[in-house]
Amino acid sequence: MEIVMSFIIGILFTAATYLILSKSLIRIIIGTGLLSHGAHLLLLTMGGLKRGAAPLLGENASAYTDPLPQALILTAIVISFGVTAFFLVLAYRSYQELGTDNMDKLRGTDRNE
Amino acid sequence: MNNLVILPLLIPLLAGIALIFLHKYILAQKWISALSAVLTVIVSGYLVQFVYDNGIQTLNLGNWKAPFGIVLVADLFASILVFTTSIVSLACILYSFKSIGIDRERFYYYSVVQFLIVGILGAFLTGDIFNLFVFFEVMLMSSYVLIVLGGTKIQLRESIKYILVNIVSSALFVTAVAYLYAVTGTLNMADLSVRINEIGNEGIITVIAILFLVVFGMKAAIFPLFFWLPGSYQAPPTPITAFFGALLTKVGVYSIIRVFTLIFNQDVAFTHTIIGILAGFTIIVGVIGAIAYWDVKKIIIYNIMTAVGVILAGLAAFSTTALSGAIFYVVHDMVIKAALFLLVGAMIVITGTNNLKEMGGLIRNHPLLGWMFFVAAVTLAGIPPLSGFVGKLLIVTGGFESEHYWLAGLVLLSSLLVLYSVFKIFLNGFWGETKLAKEEEKGTTKGLLYPCALLLSISIILGVGADWFYPYISEAAETLMNPSIYIQAVLGG
Repeated sequence: MEIVMSFIIGILFTAATYLILSKSLIRIIIGTGLLSHGAHLLLLTMGGLKRGAAPLLGENASAYTDPLPQALILTAIVISFGVTAFFLVLAYRSYQELGTDNMDKLRGTDRNE
Repeated sequence: MNNLVILPLLIPLLAGIALIFLHKYILAQKWISALSAVLTVIVSGYLVQFVYDNGIQTLNLGNWKAPFGIVLVADLFASILVFTTSIVSLACILYSFKSIGIDRERFYYYSVVQFLIVGILGAFLTGDIFNLFVFFEVMLMSSYVLIVLGGTKIQLRESIKYILVNIVSSALFVTAVAYLYAVTGTLNMADLSVRINEIGNEGIITVIAILFLVVFGMKAAIFPLFFWLPGSYQAPPTPITAFFGALLTKVGVYSIIRVFTLIFNQDVAFTHTIIGILAGFTIIVGVIGAIAYWDVKKIIIYNIMTAVGVILAGLAAFSTTALSGAIFYVVHDMVIKAALFLLVGAMIVITGTNNLKEMGGLIRNHPLLGWMFFVAAVTLAGIPPLSGFVGKLLIVTGGFESEHYWLAGLVLLSSLLVLYSVFKIFLNGFWGETKLAKEEEKGTTKGLLYPCALLLSISIILGVGADWFYPYISEAAETLMNPSIYIQAVLGG
């Protein structure tokens, strides 16, 4: 199971890298979304995908899945959610202000401010 | 167990929360943020002395024992950096009072600054690798807001790049933590250190070590990962750049030093050679940039990179002498970089331009500013009685001791070029023909020079009284070289 997940995560990372290297800002943001999906799935996979009950003591199971990676992922999800929301608003604002979403046009020195 | 450890974190956190409610009352905001900064300085100064007298202090949050709960650890290295950070942030906050402008102040500027300080201090004090990630995010999130606050075009443009780079490096940080967790099954740094030494010299550990070097190197702007730094540090107003330049990259440097002394210390021949080579290239790129530009801010920004390279050269030499040099240099560099940014900011306020070629003869009307800049420039280059000297001397000595001759030579050569780059500012900006009459000046330096004087006097004391500080620094380096002391303090027994 871990092997399959590794391949999926690898594909996610590939797609994220490809999108981040593109010109349009919105594609870049989609790329960062995929990147954080990949990172979160990787946390889950690396914690181990052994069979076990959900980490609720009420289940009275003999074995549980590892609760620690789940807590880490939850933390990482809200953080990346906050950052993504900020980034999206920033992209919106800079589209209004600068009139472009093409990263090539956002280059330049302080001369053309 | 000691609650003192968390106090330097709690004060700015509470102040930051309180400031959210007071965002319309600017006078109250100023008072609260100054008060909180002063309190943090006092508490963290006490913390340094306490740790020096009583050994490493730990705080198990929520009374969970060390590897299972989150633990805050104040060893001497961390507490010295906490103390320095609080002093630098006090100076930057005082500078903001006169320079940041009411538009930014009304939009939660001081609040975000306090959260930035929380993130930085937390990153220094934590003893848990995932908690370090969270504090990094606290710091980065605040820095995103600060870099874009005001919303001018250049800020919008540069903050897109800054945020993108940091999102990628944060995702890599999560990846690195995931790998490390899969190999060791723990997140506590002391426990990680124990377990990795049990595993011994395996290839996978080295791979993870290099992944961490990439992650932290991205924050610290080391050689191939520095590309985001010059643009994004130039965009925001001066006090924010001073915060960033003095503190943010140093958190990356701190993390590299911490991780490569405590956790990944089993394949030193490989990892530390890589660090050494990258440090060398960082120094070279830094001085090339510093010499090339005629933009006063850019010159200082590239000097940040040189300093990062010098500090990592101290880590690469990996001896007690070199590490104490590195620690001394971190402290010196935090103070002096903040001072230089603030002084250059005052020059920009007066002339209304970043371009060195449009300045000239400022010393006629601003002798105090001029001579302060002179002292700062000399300190940066490391002229003997001042603070830059001691750190570089120790790093170079340590480099020679462990036979990294080329690296030590590079550090020495870089001092010369750093001196040239800052003296270019002094000679072209302050000397020569006066281009601006008193009436033509774009702004006033009223109130801007006190924080610079504060930082400069600290840096002079640091240099002249190096004997007095040295026991603290060497003790900190001693602890770094012997991770067993740290492990014992955290895990007990």
